[in-house]
Amino acid sequence: MPNSATAGGFLLVLAIVLPVCGVLLSLVLGGRHAERIALILMPAGLAIALAIAGAVWSTHNVLQYSVGNWSPPLGVAFRADGLSTAMMVTTAVLICGIGLFARGQFPSPQQSELRAPLVFWTLMPAVWGALNAVFIGGDLFNLYVALELLTFAAVPLVSLDGRAETLAAALRYLLFALFGSILYLLGAVLLYGAYGTLDIVLLSGHIQAEPIAWAAISLMTTGLLAKAALYPFHLWLPPAHAGAPAPASAILSGLVVKAPFFLVIRLWFDIMPRMPQPAAAQVLGILGAAAILVGSVVALRQVRLKLLIAYSTVAQIGYLFLMFPLAIKPEMGHPWNTTAWTGGVLQAISHAFAKAAMFMSAGLIAEALGHDRIAELSGIGRALPITVFAFALGGVSLMGLPPSGGFVAKAMLLTAAVAEGQWWWAVVVLVGGLLAGGYVFLVLARALADSNEPLTLFATVSRRRQAVVVAVALCAVLLGFVPLHPSEFLQIGRPGIAVGGIR
Amino acid sequence: MSDATLYGLCGAVLVGLGLFGLIVNPLPLRKILAFNLIGGGVFLLFGVVARRGAAAGLGGDPIPHALIITGIVVAFAATALAIALLLRLFRETGRATLGSDG
Amino acid sequence: MAFDIGLAVLVLGVAVWTLAARDTFAAVIGFVTYGLLLALVWVRLAAPDVALTEAAIGSGVTGGLLLGASSRLRRAEIQAASEKPGATLRIAAVVLCALVSAGLAAIVLLLPEPAPTLAPEAAANLAATGLGNPVTAVLMAYRAIDTLLETVVLLLALVGIWSLAPDGVWGGFPGRRHQADAEGVLTFVAQLLVPIGILVGIYIFWVGSVAPGGEFQGATILAAMWILAMMAGLVDAPPVSRRWLRLLLIAGPAVFFAIGLAGFAIAGAFLAYPVDYAKLLIVTIEIPVTLSIAATLALLVAGPPERAPK
Repeated sequence: MPNSATAGGFLLVLAIVLPVCGVLLSLVLGGRHAERIALILMPAGLAIALAIAGAVWSTHNVLQYSVGNWSPPLGVAFRADGLSTAMMVTTAVLICGIGLFARGQFPSPQQSELRAPLVFWTLMPAVWGALNAVFIGGDLFNLYVALELLTFAAVPLVSLDGRAETLAAALRYLLFALFGSILYLLGAVLLYGAYGTLDIVLLSGHIQAEPIAWAAISLMTTGLLAKAALYPFHLWLPPAHAGAPAPASAILSGLVVKAPFFLVIRLWFDIMPRMPQPAAAQVLGILGAAAILVGSVVALRQVRLKLLIAYSTVAQIGYLFLMFPLAIKPEMGHPWNTTAWTGGVLQAISHAFAKAAMFMSAGLIAEALGHDRIAELSGIGRALPITVFAFALGGVSLMGLPPSGGFVAKAMLLTAAVAEGQWWWAVVVLVGGLLAGGYVFLVLARALADSNEPLTLFATVSRRRQAVVVAVALCAVLLGFVPLHPSEFLQIGRPGIAVGGIR
Repeated sequence: MSDATLYGLCGAVLVGLGLFGLIVNPLPLRKILAFNLIGGGVFLLFGVVARRGAAAGLGGDPIPHALIITGIVVAFAATALAIALLLRLFRETGRATLGSDG
Repeated sequence: MAFDIGLAVLVLGVAVWTLAARDTFAAVIGFVTYGLLLALVWVRLAAPDVALTEAAIGSGVTGGLLLGASSRLRRAEIQAASEKPGATLRIAAVVLCALVSAGLAAIVLLLPEPAPTLAPEAAANLAATGLGNPVTAVLMAYRAIDTLLETVVLLLALVGIWSLAPDGVWGGFPGRRHQADAEGVLTFVAQLLVPIGILVGIYIFWVGSVAPGGEFQGATILAAMWILAMMAGLVDAPPVSRRWLRLLLIAGPAVFFAIGLAGFAIAGAFLAYPVDYAKLLIVTIEIPVTLSIAATLALLVAGPPERAPK
């Protein structure tokens, strides 16, 4: 296993360095410039993500970098495989969209520095850099630092408006996140104590089926589940994601919450591939199913639009964890070349776009109406048709209707469930889709209804921002044109590549 | 039993104690204290791993030592942020609790 | 060995007291004591660098922060004291935590013998870094990326704390204005201690390249001196919108990134150092990093802006 850098590996360094240096520059130049710096970073970061994707696709191999020329186990390595790259490109595209949307949300004044714009435009690139660090990190402690970076960048976004309820939500989010981090760190400590390294590739070679490894992986997984708000650790998410300003909610629900899920994949499929755990994977699946059912049912009962969307996130995260019992197949020996693997990753990506679009459109609606109570949304369909259309497109992906990325993802999970004889997950997916249809139509029915009195709009919503929201929603729809079989790109870097899968 | 193993057991108990304090105590400030207790236990376990790795003339494996130092600094930053949130919440509401705690 | 047993029992006893104390103030005092005892444990575990860090940051600065918070929250906590959880939750928690501790204890006893270690590799590569302290070599050379990201983590925590300022006082002075009392003990002690402390901090930072110490420990002492000076009223906290303050805060990470990126050209990789200049580059990074971390730590304790800028 070569540990030296591959050509183009420096791009991995840039993926982290560029956004973080943007943060430093924003802080020193002050509020007026922070927005401009972020807007310059967005195309640059997107270019880097696409370049990494191009390099990985053209060489069909993992992109690697040993920082400081120190190879693991002494040093730290960055590694970008197909999965990392897909997540990085998703992050880059989505953050560009959210950044363009947020230009109208936090206008930076010319004369002085205001709190909210500076904090938002400084923390958004920080979240981006932290996400990239999570996606390419090859060392468990480096990933711990990246997770802390992500937490500290995300938590203040929740309490940006300074109200008591968002402050409480931010504190609860922080406490859950810290709980998750300390469990993760404890697991990493045990792995180092047993095998003398924290590098993921080296660990996969050393790890044995012994109690210390089980304990370590269990602790780390539990910590990451708390960070990912999987049932029963989901209570912190709805108030936090609903209380944040709309672009921040989009980042939190779309991207930040996917990072711990990504790390659970790394733990289970990269460190432990030789010791698959079908029983433990069933537990993850059960928690995922509970998340889908509980999240969807509670979403149906919400009074406020943003809380409904946040509970929908709790449900959709459950789908992600259905991937584990379906993609671990000990008899085949190679868990990843299955439909379920592609389905799970596609669910993460399409949910990111769909949920971001829904939160952003909810934000525009709230700006226009001055509130986000679902019962009083009548007439907004006429006033902001483009916005409601974007919301509907996002909902289509959430429900799993064609054409949309959500449909492809859920279809793959269904196919995998049926083909493997684990039909109970298929039932869960179908019920979840019905419930999602329920809460999406709840909102759309209200929004498209005619209002009795003429609607007084508090603020005019710019066409540009509405167009950005539709564009983001369309990304979720465009993913629906991905072919309905396991993706070759996502398998890059997985041992034993086989693209057959299930038809 | 070597002294490293002894402190390892001490660290294990500290993690359990801190976890208990985290679950049981309703006040956020006491939860933050409990977090720091758990953190101390985890770092102690790491330090025991380092001590057992003493070799090449060094008293302990320097990698865990460096990571513990990083961890202590990060834990302090987390405590500072949590306390700032708590104090601001107190200024807004006059209460020092989270309402329904996690 | 008897000493170690006694120390371990003492640590656990103080930890229990910290959890069980009714008054938060007493709990915080217990926590500071716990931190100092832990520092002693680190010395017994042959980890002097960690001992310094634990004493300075883990119990010193954290303790100061917690004391300040507990005094502000005292009234509200007395009102909330009746919200204790029921007996079933307590019993379930006891069982769960006992299982966790037992499990971890079993794992400690099951750790492999001989223990896998990276000490030989770390020692072997020490010469290439020009350093004498292997822990500093790990922090600044082998795993410099972790240290670099950690400085950014600290900075983000500070931005997060500043974001909690009410809109009207954004950019203003953190914390309350402490008046210097010319007759007071605190002012006298501060006037005496701060210059000495600054020298000690610089020394501990400087000596860290060859002996226990280093940038984090030195920076903490410098930060503590600044905090002391602010609390005694000798200086006021600077308004957070000041350009020089912002430059001071980012100087460390910025120089770290700059030299890291220069490593592409001069040593072939990000954060690589050419062997002849390794120590020089490392020290060049460490000086601004120490100053930035000192400022960041002090401002993390000072809190969000509370007084409007002029």
